[in-house]
Formats: sequence, structure tokens, C-alpha cells
Amino acid sequence: MVAELGHFALVLAFAVAIAQSIIPLWGAHKGYAEPMRFAESAAMMSLLLIGFAFAALTYGFINSDFSLRVVYSNSHSDKPYLFKIAGVWGNHEGSMLLWVLILALYGALVAAFGSNIPPALRARALSVQAMVAVAFLAFILFTSNPFERMDPVPIDGTGLNPLLQDWALAAHPPFLYMGYVGLSMPFSFAVAALIEGRVDAAWARWVRPWTLLAWSTLTVGIALGSYWAYYELGWGGWWFWDPVENASFMPWLLAAALLHSAVVVEKRSTLKSWTILLAILAFSLSLLGTFIVRSGLLTSVHAFANDPERGVFILGILVVATGGSLALYAWRAPQMAPEGVFAPVSRESGLILNNLLLSVATAVVFIGTLYPLFVEALTDNKISVGPPFFNMGFSPLMIAILIAMPVGAALPWKRGDLPRVMKKLWTAAALSLLVGAMFAMWRTGGPLFAPLGIALAFWAIFGVIVDLAERVKLGRVPARETLRRLARLPRSAWGQALAHMGMGVCAFGIVGITAWESEDIRVAQAGDMIPLAGYDIRFDGVERTQGPNYRIDGGQFTIFRDGRQIAELVSEKRFYPVQRTQTTEAGIRASLVEDIYIVIGDRQEDGGWAVRSYVKPFANWIWLGALIMTLGGILSLTDRRHRVGAPNRAKPAGKADVVAAE
Amino acid sequence: MRGFVSSCPGRSGTGIKALLLAALLCAPLTTAHAVEPSEILADPALESRARDLSKGLRCLVCRNQSIDESDADLARDLRVVVRERLVAGDSNDEVLDYVVDRFGEYVLLKPRFSPVSAALWLGGPLLLLGGCLVAWRQVTRRDEAAQTPASPLTEAERARLRDLGVDPDSRGEA
Repeated sequence: MVAELGHFALVLAFAVAIAQSIIPLWGAHKGYAEPMRFAESAAMMSLLLIGFAFAALTYGFINSDFSLRVVYSNSHSDKPYLFKIAGVWGNHEGSMLLWVLILALYGALVAAFGSNIPPALRARALSVQAMVAVAFLAFILFTSNPFERMDPVPIDGTGLNPLLQDWALAAHPPFLYMGYVGLSMPFSFAVAALIEGRVDAAWARWVRPWTLLAWSTLTVGIALGSYWAYYELGWGGWWFWDPVENASFMPWLLAAALLHSAVVVEKRSTLKSWTILLAILAFSLSLLGTFIVRSGLLTSVHAFANDPERGVFILGILVVATGGSLALYAWRAPQMAPEGVFAPVSRESGLILNNLLLSVATAVVFIGTLYPLFVEALTDNKISVGPPFFNMGFSPLMIAILIAMPVGAALPWKRGDLPRVMKKLWTAAALSLLVGAMFAMWRTGGPLFAPLGIALAFWAIFGVIVDLAERVKLGRVPARETLRRLARLPRSAWGQALAHMGMGVCAFGIVGITAWESEDIRVAQAGDMIPLAGYDIRFDGVERTQGPNYRIDGGQFTIFRDGRQIAELVSEKRFYPVQRTQTTEAGIRASLVEDIYIVIGDRQEDGGWAVRSYVKPFANWIWLGALIMTLGGILSLTDRRHRVGAPNRAKPAGKADVVAAE
Repeated sequence: MRGFVSSCPGRSGTGIKALLLAALLCAPLTTAHAVEPSEILADPALESRARDLSKGLRCLVCRNQSIDESDADLARDLRVVVRERLVAGDSNDEVLDYVVDRFGEYVLLKPRFSPVSAALWLGGPLLLLGGCLVAWRQVTRRDEAAQTPASPLTEAERARLRDLGVDPDSRGEA
């Protein structure tokens, strides 16, 4: 009964979304206030209805209602409670329901907190948002109904893939979708602005918070996925350039570009049409990601051709949304004349460089991800594009971004003086080279690029610190004045500082783990000592125990350093009888310096066990960096300029207008 | 992220549904162990070359996994072949040629430059170049606009400015 109500709520939401995609748009066109206001009530209603449908499905999972096909296929009565709930989105139908739920959530947020946005723009944006909702609700209702019943009702479910029964992976999709779907907001605002034919500093200010929220959550989502892969997959890889990862990484890169170009629109009233284009493309890549993932295109063109219904449906959505918005763009964008002028050396130019590098990086990932599909579809050849290609194509662009980042951030608007900026930054450069040299002496035997990479990462970190010190006139004015200046820095400045610093921290981790990882693979007998990177690892044998819904073979290890015991580790091999699947849980002693990472393998014929031991220097800095970036995004989000009402009340916009009017 | 279950031996999976699941959640479906202790060469230099080569070779029955990461039987066979060739004294390129001769270019995770892969290799650099040109033109155009003062003030305008108490010859910032 609950499931039928949920299904009914979805149908109602579909109807509401259709109304919301037409009535406010018409009202805005005619200038009628009532139809425009309808957008808000409709957005709220959508959230209620889709929220109810989602709750109904969750109810089915919690109560193990195996008459529902998705529950039967993805749950089991023995499954721990948390994973029964996570099972809601651990499957195709439920994940699409989560997708539209988050879409509705964003719409409702605009309706609830968008009172500072002009009514016509808000009505149009919510209408565009509703069009996306119509498309995806139709997709769910016609191809992926999560409330489908089974008759006869099975006794028990087939369970959730054990690899997915993990907290990080339970939290991964909601965050990822908050990001993916959040990019629908800048998209909707971009299309609304194209319909209106006007983009100004105020527009950029309304778009930025949504982009920030989407980018921050996407960062968390990607980092969770990466961290999960690190500890769960059994050899500590953290990024694989897999098409599914790339599908989430491309919108992230473009959203980062969009964040930066929106600043230029806001402060300097230029780069308008480019920013609109980025907003359209960022969401299009989200749709493309959804398409790649949902269509089965990943395995091969043929797998897609065998079961094309869902894939074709999303491809249709992608073509209409991207094609339609780009056509609108081609028609309206030329009317958006750039206003602000600036010199080649200026913060504007720095941000253009940022956008150029991020966009080309996105393009490299895009080409690499889709190239094998095109080759297979268009020619008789088959080629593979894997990590070696991506590393080679992507790294130089990231290095360029890291080099340019502190310089660009220190340049003033309009016209800058490169020698003067470099004079400010030389302390950062000297310190980072010093750190690089220290690493070269401390960590001998690594590859040559490593100390340079470390220096580059610290250049980003020290660059931020020097810039902050410069802004608060550290050492040049009394300490109290410095503190006062520090306290008065806007939160968006702190946000920027943290995000840039996070980049450096993340780069540091990447260089560290890439350059100095140690590995040992062997067959060990109980009692054997494994010497590795300054540690001695004693294998104490394997104990068999029982987990909640799996059996455990736990490899026991004791770690010594200089003859002193520093840790005991257990590396588990888990066997899930329901799915007849085995997973590994690495034994990890995590620290900021290095992780000791041990994986127990199969039992050998001679009674020994395959044991893989790794020492992974600075691994955790990768996710720490992502966390810092996220904090930066959220801090920026709380800047009061994003919250206060009319833009002309805030000073910088007024100033920008004067500058633009020169 | 990781391997495709149903075609990788030794893993239970439920075919397309498992794939969809994996795809949805960015989720690898197999925990890989890859290189087994018995495969490792005694000579650490050769072994390290073998590992490097393995990272660039695709496990042909998996989805987007290198033979270094996969525990499929075929990946294991290929790892052994690579090591045999190295022990026989082949250079890295000779090993790759040997493998490509038998399995085709598809086995290389970094495709060789060829008419088929030209757009893959040139796409990024060309876009970067084109983007630089466009960006540079935009920037210099804005700069010129900034340099050239709008047509000089007429005497009437100067007089009006003076009336407003502004020195028409000052270059003050707004």
C-alpha cells in the first residue's frame, strides 16, 4: 500500500513539474505576478511529493518488503540496518529517485531562500529546473519504476553487493548527486538569463552560491569514492581514470572553472557569455555522466545496443537539454557585450588562464573517456585508453594550474604588475624550494620529479599564506591592526585561501604516494618477519571469526619499528554467503606521515598465506586536501554577500558598476 | 571504477545488474590481488620493469583494468609472458611489440600514435593552443579598449566638467 502511494506521489510530482515548467515561464513573459509565484509553491509541492515517494521506497527497504522488485534484488533480511537504507540508492531505480529528490530539493531551496532574486528570473529558472524534472520523472515512471511489485513474493532478497556494504560508499552517491544535480541550478539560471537576454553582476552573485554548493558536495562525493577505493579494493589505489570516475570528475573540473569565471562576471562584468556557456556545459557533463553510467555504454557499444531503452531515453534528455540550451546560447549570447576592460597582466587574465587550463583538462578527460567508444562505433578498430594516457595528458595541465595559482590570486583586478607580485611571492617560492630540497635529502632513492613536485605543492600552500600575510600587512603594522584586518577579511577570501591551500595539500599527497610507495609481496608462514621501508611486520597467523552477515578470515600482524612494537593490525578476508562473494578489508595503520597497509591473500598449498604489504607515504593528505577544499567552498558559501538582499546594497557591485561605466 | 565481474573468473556476479550497480556507485566489483608471490622474478630490476610494463597493458577480459591489478587468469598469463620475455633479454619495447603482435593494439592502455588515435593525442594540445590564441585575442582587445581613451573631450564637455568642479585633465580612478 505504501509503495502504491509512493508511486502515486511520483505521478503527481510529474504533473506538478509539467505545470511548473509552463506556467511561470508564461507568467514571466507576460509580466503576471501570480503565475510567476506559482513556481515557488510548485517547487515546494514537488519536494513534498518526491520526498514522500522516496520515503515510501525507504520504508520498503527497511521493512524488507520483498514484493518490491528492487528490494528483492538489492536487499536481504540479514543485512545491517544502515545498509538497508543505503540499499535504497544502491540500485538503478532507487538512485534515479534520489536524483530527482535532490533536483526537487534544489528547486525548493531556491523557492525558500531566493527572495532576493528578481521574480521574473526566479520564475524562469524554476521553470527550466522543472523541465529537467519532467524529463527525469518520465524516465523513472516509464522505464525505471522503483515500485514494481513481484508475484509471487520471494522469501528473501538476493542482497546488496558486499563491496557496497560500506559506510563511505553508502554516503558516496548522495554527495555525488548533490553535486551533479546541483549543477542544474547554474544551468537553469543560465538558460533563464538567456531567455531574458540579460546577464549582470547580480546574476553572477545569485549563481555562485549554487555552484559553490554543487562543487563542494561533488568534492566530498569524489573524495569518498576515492577513499573507499583506497581502503576497500585491496591494493591502495585511489584513482583509476575509470569512465565512471571521469564522469564525475569532468563536471567537477568545469564547476571549478565556473566558480572562477562567475567571480569575473560579478566583479568586472565581463566573461559573461563564456560563463553562461560553462554553466550549460557543466550540467551537460553531469547529464553525460548519468548517461554513461546508466546506459551500460561503459562495457561496450554492443552492451548498450542490446538493452537500449534506458540509454536512449537519457541520451534523448541529454541531446534536448544540451542542444536546446546551446541553440538558445548561439542565438542570444552575442547580445551580451563584455563591459569591463583589463590589461594582459591582471587578475582577470589570471582567471581566464585558470578557465583555459581547467577547460582543456576537462576536454582531455572527455576525449580520453569517449574515444574508445567512438573508435569502436565508427571503425573496425578497438583501442584502449587507460591511466597512462590520462596521467600523461592531465598532469602537465595540473602542474600549470599549480604554478599559476598563487600568482593569479595575488594579482590585482584590471592591471597588475608581475615583477611586483613576484616580489611579494618570492618568500613563498624560496620556502617551497627549501621544503623540496629537504624532501630530496630526507627521502632519498625516489624519482627525480618528486622533490620538484613537493616544491610545487608547497608553492601553492605558501602562496596562500604569503598572500594572506600581505593582505593583513603582517609585520608592517602593529599586531592589533593585523588582527583587525584578519577578522575583517570576508569569508569568501578565507574560502578562496582554503580551497587553494587544499589543492596544494592534495597535490602533496599525490606526489608522496606516487613517488615513495614501498611494496612487498610474498608467501608468509605464521611467525615470519617482513622487513619493509624501516618497519618489521610480523605475520601472526589467521583467525576465523563470524561477522553480522559474513565470515571472516582475519590475518593478524604486529608492526615493529627499531625492535619496538608500534601497532597490531588485522587484515580481513570476508566471505558473504548470500552472494557467495569475497571481499578484503586491508589492515591499515593510518598516519599523516605514512600508512602501513597490509592485505591478506589466499592460502597457499604449503600452508602459508599470500601477504601484500605496502607503505604509502602521505596518502591521507590527498583526502585531507579534498576536505580542506570543501571547507573552503562551504566557508565561501556563508559569505554574507551571498545572503544579503539587493545587490546594490553591497559595496563592491556599486564599485564594479562605476568601473564598468568608465 | 574497477573490474567487470562476470567476465573475470573467480568472482561471483550477476552480470548486467552487477555492472549497473557498480557503474552507478563508481564501484569496482572485485577486490583485486593481482601479482601473486609465485610470479615475482628474483631479479628486482627485471621485476620492477615487469611491473611498469604490466601497468600499461590491459586485462583483456576485464573492464578497464591493467594486468597489474587484475586477478583474472588471462591477466596472470600475460604477466607471466611479460616476465618470460624480460628474462629472455627483451627490451621494454620488444616486450610490448611481442604482446601487441599477439593481442593487437587493444592491449595497450596508452595507444600508440596512429591515424586512428591521432585525434586522441592531438585533441588536447590543439585545444590548448586554440584556447590560448582566443584568450590572448580577447585579453589584448580588452587591453586596447582600455588604452585608447574614448574620443577626446570636446571643449563644451570640458567646460561642463569644470562647472561640476572636476578637473577634466585629471586621471583619477573612479
